[in-house]
Amino acid sequence: MATGDVKLLGAGASPYVNRVQIALNIKSENYEFLEEKLGSKSELLLKSNPIHKKIPVLIHDDKPICESLVIVQYIDDVWTSGPSILPSDPYDRAIARFWAAYVDDKWFPLMKELRMAEGEEAKAAAIEKIVEVLVVLEEAFVKCSKGKAFFGGDSIGFLDIAFGSFLGWLKVTEKMGEMRLLSEAKTPNLVEWAERFCCDDAVKDVLPKTEKLIEIFKIMQARAKAPPSN
Amino acid sequence: MASQEVKLLSLWVSPFGHRVEWALKLKGVEYEYIEEDIFNKSHLLLELNPVHKKVPVLIHHGKVILESLLILEYLDEKWKEFPLLPQDPYEKAIVRFWANFGEAKLLRPGWPALRSQGDEKEKALKLWIEDLEKIEGELKGKKFFGGETIGYLDLAMGWISYMLPVWEEVGCSTILDPKKFPSITAWTEKFLSHPVIKENLPPRDKMVVWFEKRIKEPFSAQ
Repeated sequence: MATGDVKLLGAGASPYVNRVQIALNIKSENYEFLEEKLGSKSELLLKSNPIHKKIPVLIHDDKPICESLVIVQYIDDVWTSGPSILPSDPYDRAIARFWAAYVDDKWFPLMKELRMAEGEEAKAAAIEKIVEVLVVLEEAFVKCSKGKAFFGGDSIGFLDIAFGSFLGWLKVTEKMGEMRLLSEAKTPNLVEWAERFCCDDAVKDVLPKTEKLIEIFKIMQARAKAPPSN
Repeated sequence: MASQEVKLLSLWVSPFGHRVEWALKLKGVEYEYIEEDIFNKSHLLLELNPVHKKVPVLIHHGKVILESLLILEYLDEKWKEFPLLPQDPYEKAIVRFWANFGEAKLLRPGWPALRSQGDEKEKALKLWIEDLEKIEGELKGKKFFGGETIGYLDLAMGWISYMLPVWEEVGCSTILDPKKFPSITAWTEKFLSHPVIKENLPPRDKMVVWFEKRIKEPFSAQ
């Protein structure tokens, strides 16, 4: 299929944008990265995603595709000559999609809850819930990976991307809270997987360094009283 | 035997379950239907879906597939009869986008909005209607979401045709004004007259009784 013109509207610090960047890297696909400024939305974004007005938006031959996991699947469907992102078996695909939705619907809201938690008790309660969910994902990893390095098997796949994109921010939460969410005691496989994921060629230049994310977090906190951007 | 290969665990009134049944019937797949009492969850359900403890659950050759929209994708990949999703990657992305939108912005908040009261209800319905207008826009000029024949997105949005009117009745609110939503109104008529859909709808009076009971109970997510 003709590759055509590929643009990605996003921000480097967004794990949702990172998902798309990783997917494009897996396919060795060149693209133009159009950085959205923190706290404002460009004309192009508002035009390309009028429904949600959110990044990421992939613009392929002037056609916009929205929602990070929809975009990743689109990339897998279009660039068929590169390594596959989703498993080939329909059942395995259903499993990968199920857990990716779990990451978005169960895990991520708990991370937000922790960020908003005030007081030690509330924080501890949020952390406990997050660790419970991570233990569920640990079990999912054992089942999906079948003894291999990634959720997707020998190489990173859909679920690795869906969950792994959050590792940058997870590390920020751990560092700023001076605690561990992923631990050798409760989630030993995920600890090792996280390291492998972050070192992967398709990932290593995408996930921002912890220090950079902490800087961005502090800017976002300062802007928290301003009208919401995303 | 063919019918033992595929089993569906569901609740008679669940719109999530209905869309799976429609897909199975459109594709001519034989299956065994197992009714679940969600107020008294069976060991089977808790074993098959320990994460969410929800229906529908599809079991195919002993393998468990969860989440109705994911089940539709699975069925479409396993059974080529009556394709549900478009072949074109861009068209596929568009229907997935709208299915997610419908799920998050309309189906899930729909009943909670219609069963609420006073200011809370007014506020919830205002936002909800704004989102329904986006679906109206997406449907404009089309016979079905899927084009000439029903497809994945029609099944995903199907609840609007038969369940939303029940919620309107029980919640005492009119939302689907034909003047405001001419495309959805026209689509509803065509969708409900499809032979497979028509033959596979829960009885309306039974649905009304169900939701009237629910409105009297404190709301809890199922």
